[in-house]
Amino acid sequence: MSTTSAPAPTASSGGVSTRDLLRTVDKRRRRTDRIMRVLVAAAFVLAMAPLVSLVWTVAANGVERLSPYFLSHSMRGVFGGMDAGGIYHAIVGTVEITLFAALISVPVGILVAVYLVEYGRGALAKAVTFFVDVMTGIPSIVAGLFAYALFAVLMGPGVKMGAVGSVALSVLMIPVVVRSCEEMLRLVPDELREAALALGVPRWLMVVKVVLRTAVAGIGTGVMIAIARVIGETAPLLITVGVIDSINYNLFEGRMMTLPVYVYRQYSQGLAPCNDASVACIPDVAYLRAWAAALVLILIVMLLNLAGRLITRMFAPKLAR
Amino acid sequence: MTGARKGLLSPRGLRRARTTDRGASRAFRWTATASAVLILVVLAAVALFLVLRAWPAIQADPAELSAKIAWFPADTSLLGFIGPLAFGTALVAALSLAMAAPVAVGIALFISHYAPRRLANALGYAVDLLAAIPSVVYGLWGVIVLAPWLAPAWTWLSDNLGWIPLFSGPASQPPRVILTVAVVLAVMILPIITAVVREVFLQTPRLNEEAALALGATRWEMIRTAVLPFARSGIASASMLGLGRALGETMAVLMILSPGTLYSLKLLVAGQQQTIAANIAAQFPEANPLGVSTLIATGLALFVITLAVNMTARAIVARGAQKGR
Repeated sequence: MSTTSAPAPTASSGGVSTRDLLRTVDKRRRRTDRIMRVLVAAAFVLAMAPLVSLVWTVAANGVERLSPYFLSHSMRGVFGGMDAGGIYHAIVGTVEITLFAALISVPVGILVAVYLVEYGRGALAKAVTFFVDVMTGIPSIVAGLFAYALFAVLMGPGVKMGAVGSVALSVLMIPVVVRSCEEMLRLVPDELREAALALGVPRWLMVVKVVLRTAVAGIGTGVMIAIARVIGETAPLLITVGVIDSINYNLFEGRMMTLPVYVYRQYSQGLAPCNDASVACIPDVAYLRAWAAALVLILIVMLLNLAGRLITRMFAPKLAR
Repeated sequence: MTGARKGLLSPRGLRRARTTDRGASRAFRWTATASAVLILVVLAAVALFLVLRAWPAIQADPAELSAKIAWFPADTSLLGFIGPLAFGTALVAALSLAMAAPVAVGIALFISHYAPRRLANALGYAVDLLAAIPSVVYGLWGVIVLAPWLAPAWTWLSDNLGWIPLFSGPASQPPRVILTVAVVLAVMILPIITAVVREVFLQTPRLNEEAALALGATRWEMIRTAVLPFARSGIASASMLGLGRALGETMAVLMILSPGTLYSLKLLVAGQQQTIAANIAAQFPEANPLGVSTLIATGLALFVITLAVNMTARAIVARGAQKGR
């Protein structure tokens, strides 16, 4: 940040008078400078306020119901204000659907990045670069509608299963993987490629064993950040996978629950009526469950981001030099 | 970037030296190219399948639509149904952008030109964190924590500035109104705008900044004369990206807004507007086949709108990049 501080005048011949001259900015300008500095700092505080408030509320409210029981039970047979129920089925669904989405997106994403960096020139490469960017902007609900429409045409209308959600998520995930992998592959120095080719290595082996091998840490980071990006998607899963209260391990049959949808579902159930005093009943149990599930979701997202960052930090200096 | 690699590694050199592009190498190149083409195919497929499934609704008679779909308003065509939804979508996106863009530019300036580097790194991470939080959590926070906070402010607005049509009251309680949604969406799109703008700010030619300072400019004058003009196209494209995100946001709107289907500018009254995305999420699970088609038709409209916005953003970026070189 050395650019931001004005160089102090060296006191030579002019000495004190030059310095005075430089110091006396006229008042109006100095006031504007001050005001803008305050405004810029205020913008920052303004943006941090929601973050702090959000993280604090989720942590404070979520801790209340978070327990091993909550993590290891489903919502089967839970009704009203019952002091029971958990998110095991949602965790199963989230993990399976997201991993299947990654299984689709990661190979495609890496291959597209390889194409763009190693082979792509001309109109096709330009078009692909442009449309990958455009694809980043597809609203998640439209991705969900696409997956629904695709499977409705292929398998008849009204199909609800985990795999449809995975397809929707991979539409959102592929551009993120492509972008980050492309960046990483471009960091691989050309000398490595030339050395490999000079030794007579076939080009595809050069790409696989040298380029991808060198960039593997960066690719890992990119994949993790891409997973973190889609693991919290709610809308596409709401309309393609639906909701269910019991555990479903099968990605290819029947509805599944996912964490974000679980949060929404619990929230929309609202307060439970507690008319009978003899039965143990917590009126706002659904809200508490929603907060606890949100806390778990945020923790997962942050762990993924953190892991991604750690990998970058561990490997980046070697690549940069 | 592409200019750095020449000779042996360029495809032109490759094509001349046929010997290196045989067998497995050729198969690999084709696989990679096929994946690249797949991107284009997927985008085309998105449009194609949406049109395919929306077709029954598009060619259906308006009377049939309102007869078979419970929530479809009577005496309106499909376009007449999409119209208010598109209006609500644009309104909430524009509001959130108007709130987020100035703040985002401020934060980006703070990170790039005011804060000490160590602090700037930490703050950059905090802003990235904002981007990573799932939208459903924003929705939950917005409706349970933020809305009660904002309630007195909205009441004050409608009491004191009610003569402006936008703020005409009475302000609804609880404030499940479009202005609350706009605040939440502004928080959500803030990190996207900030990230892009910060990148651009950091690319300002160092010499320009130093020249401005050497001429006796204060820090703000330096920013105004050297940084902001340089970053103008970057700020514009970042705003468009944020706008694109706000247009497509579903969960926060669905959870906070109390919907209505009017062309209404009343920001503080509940039951006035609704967005396309939230309407799809709300109606889809219980819609009959024709209802699903109608919803997919609205989704198609949303797709076209966001596509246009994003393409504009990218076009601005591309033009800015050419000028910079």
